[in-house]
Amino acid sequence: MSQPLLEVQQVFKNFGGFAALSGVNIYVNPGERLGLIGPNGSGKTTMINCISGLLTPEKGKIIFEGNDITQMTPHHRARAGIMRTFQIPKPFNSMTVVENLCIPLEYAAEHKTSLSVAEEEARKILTLIGIEALGDLKPTGLTQVDMRKMELARSLAGRPKLLILDEVMAGLSGSEVDEILEILFKLNEQGITIIMIEHVMRAVLGFSKRISVLNTGLNIAEGTPDEILNNPEVEKVYLGE
Amino acid sequence: MKVLHDVSIEMTEGETVILLGTNGNGKSTLIKTIMGIVPPNQGEIIFESEGVQINLVGKKPQEIVNMGITMVPEGRRLFPQLTVEENLYLGAFRREARQNLERNLSYCFEVFPRLGERRTQLAGSMSGGEQQMLALARAIMSSPKILLIDEPSVGLAPILVSQLMTSIKEMKENLNLTVLMTEQNFSQATKIADRGYIIVHGKIEFRGSNVELSGNELVKQYYLGT
Repeated sequence: MSQPLLEVQQVFKNFGGFAALSGVNIYVNPGERLGLIGPNGSGKTTMINCISGLLTPEKGKIIFEGNDITQMTPHHRARAGIMRTFQIPKPFNSMTVVENLCIPLEYAAEHKTSLSVAEEEARKILTLIGIEALGDLKPTGLTQVDMRKMELARSLAGRPKLLILDEVMAGLSGSEVDEILEILFKLNEQGITIIMIEHVMRAVLGFSKRISVLNTGLNIAEGTPDEILNNPEVEKVYLGE
Repeated sequence: MKVLHDVSIEMTEGETVILLGTNGNGKSTLIKTIMGIVPPNQGEIIFESEGVQINLVGKKPQEIVNMGITMVPEGRRLFPQLTVEENLYLGAFRREARQNLERNLSYCFEVFPRLGERRTQLAGSMSGGEQQMLALARAIMSSPKILLIDEPSVGLAPILVSQLMTSIKEMKENLNLTVLMTEQNFSQATKIADRGYIIVHGKIEFRGSNVELSGNELVKQYYLGT
């Protein structure tokens, strides 16, 4: 078997006296769709902050394409192909949606692209996500949900090998969830490896090939969506009923 | 752009009403209009209290809060650099609420014990679910008669969504609240709602009881998915 695209090995992260991650292990294979679930406060976002470089773990290693990236800065990780979305998007509010996408597009192309090419690419990505009509608006005028779609578009503009989605389905209606899922399946078929953090069960169960479950900063289960659904501990701490 | 077009809804004291509709159809705008954050171009918003009818249009948000109408905004909008307790105190800004501050505070900690455990923690350092609890509790601190809740379950684990709905129901009954709520999780929302409206492109397209909503084609199309 080929090596994983990303491996998180025994990662620890504390905030003051609070242990957010206490020796977490996660891996994702090239081309895989991994779901990451767990109760609120279980460490999922801290985990991807460690993967994307916003946080540095106290202990443990993060390996991407065989290289130890534990100490690498976020922008170097982005250029290496790790892109992620944020739960609360923070776009450049004085720039249009298209201009917001041009920034990661130019960065991913190492500034060797012309602005007109970047803009054309940006509009293609917006069309893919279904928000092409918003291209020339400022982000401040967008609804929360369009903001989230723009956030997804921005992360795609960074040309990811590994795309990490932090609750992109939050607040979407059933039909909108289906639309986004279709796009994500398409991206995955094109070779993008995806980690999906999500509380919308229909989305994460339908999308993931494998699911990893965290609780209180520890791995508590891993398996196929069916195995996870029937895991008594996951039911107790996460699914309920 | 027309966001709301000739929308009429009403709520009777003690009711829980849900506002359905996919995103971008005007649900949040309607809530903001009731709160005085967005002024309507036309129309009236009548609040009846102790037999007196007051038109809310033209009133400032703080005046509307003072009458006993409070919203839980989408995206929580907490003060991230303040503690849980400080956020709650700020919820009790209006005079009537100050008189009931201690009672409301202990009630909030009773409904959401996690907030009590974390009362000195900074709001911004809590998880999404904990922040949602705090946003709801902060609204309760204002001693509202009417509570407008915009998308409460966003970002919550499944187990918490059902707990939250139960908490809203409990609070509603204990505090004699009237609740208007937008929510994408249709099956959870209808557990606690009395009836609802479907809003499509800024117009009310359907109104009915829970049972009528569940059988409605628009609901099947937008909410229940395939």
